[in-house]
Amino acid sequence: MGGYLSVVIYLVMIVAFAIVSLAVARVLRPRRPFAAKLQTYECGAEPFGQAWVQFPVGFYLVALLFIVFDALAVFLFPWVLALRGLGMWAVVAMVVFLAILGLGWFYAFRERLLEWQ
Amino acid sequence: MEWLTPLVAPFIVLNAIIGIVTYVTLLERKFAARMQSRVGPYRVGPHGLLQPIADAIKLMMKEDVVPTAVDRPVYNLAPIVFLVPCMLIFATIPFAPGLGVADLNIGILFFLAVSAMEIVGLFMAGWGSNNKYALLSAMRAVNQVISYDLPFIFSALVPVLLAGSLRLSDIAAAQAGLWFVFYPVVGQLAFIAFIVSTVAAENRAPFDILEAESELVAGFRVEYSGMKFAIIQLAEYAHVVGASFLGALLFLGAWAGPGPEWLGPGWFLLKAMFVFLLVTWVRWSFVRIRVDQILALSWKVLLPATLVLLIAAAIVVVWRGTPGV
Repeated sequence: MGGYLSVVIYLVMIVAFAIVSLAVARVLRPRRPFAAKLQTYECGAEPFGQAWVQFPVGFYLVALLFIVFDALAVFLFPWVLALRGLGMWAVVAMVVFLAILGLGWFYAFRERLLEWQ
Repeated sequence: MEWLTPLVAPFIVLNAIIGIVTYVTLLERKFAARMQSRVGPYRVGPHGLLQPIADAIKLMMKEDVVPTAVDRPVYNLAPIVFLVPCMLIFATIPFAPGLGVADLNIGILFFLAVSAMEIVGLFMAGWGSNNKYALLSAMRAVNQVISYDLPFIFSALVPVLLAGSLRLSDIAAAQAGLWFVFYPVVGQLAFIAFIVSTVAAENRAPFDILEAESELVAGFRVEYSGMKFAIIQLAEYAHVVGASFLGALLFLGAWAGPGPEWLGPGWFLLKAMFVFLLVTWVRWSFVRIRVDQILALSWKVLLPATLVLLIAAAIVVVWRGTPGV
């Protein structure tokens, strides 16, 4: 586990770097706020309403597709490593697996789910 | 002094990365300027060599304007959450044999997993700003990054397959005879797919719809100023540099090069900068493309193509039946 300890130390150092540099800047910088300066930026116009609104369903479709293929990536990592020991049958098995998944991809393609809408 | 030893490597790597990333901004500005027949930064120091330091000092002294409408905890935390994965990706990269933070046996899996985490900080910045431009940009970013993460992973798996190990130093060592970019057909195609998905996953032009100066002003960082802005910029560049190092390690033979062994890290840096300049070259050569074109390229072309390429590489490896190249 020695390697992971170094990673954790490195992680702590990154966070420390961010916090220290933000703290130093807090000491050095000027602070002269006024109401107009603190408005949300909308190209100079008075901002109207909140930004937290509904957004298009297309983003969710992409996310759903992503989850399917990301799960595939999880299967690919051990397959890639074990390939030399397993030989050509492993390739055939993966081709069959990808073909089944490919049917899903083809369905999404036919239903125009891969188009941005 | 015994307890200090585990701190040395992470400390050196962190400082080296910050130094490299700071100067990479100058490299990019000089390169972009030359492409547009300009000189670029020239006034601060000889040939503008002190420009990054001047920039850092300036950003540190700038007032930090926090709009009243923001969601404060999310807004303030976002730069740190964004910086952590972007710097953490360097943890498993060996800069020479045995020189690095940690040479984990799942090195590339760690890199790919942590590198995808950047999107959390980015979305926090966009959401916390409570600004329409920022939120639109953050949503586009999530959309694009997750789309291009898949071809990025699949094309990075090709060298893993050729080397037969997830440990990054093993992948580098497997290229002692032949760099994977020169591996017949499979290597070149994987390299091209890797570069394209790097450019897209790093949100650089022509895939920079989340920044889109003319419509979204600066995207998710529009409400940030001062040191928080500096940290976001640092994180973005660190991510590009990290991907360049990974590209140099996976395809260009990492530290292999003529000369004595201690030149290894130098060669590695040179190759990483070559990959970085490839990405930059693309960035400054093409105009921005539309969101539907970006998604079509990923889901209809790159995703099936990289999967077929992976199967082809598997057939080659099994057929040749040799470990390594």
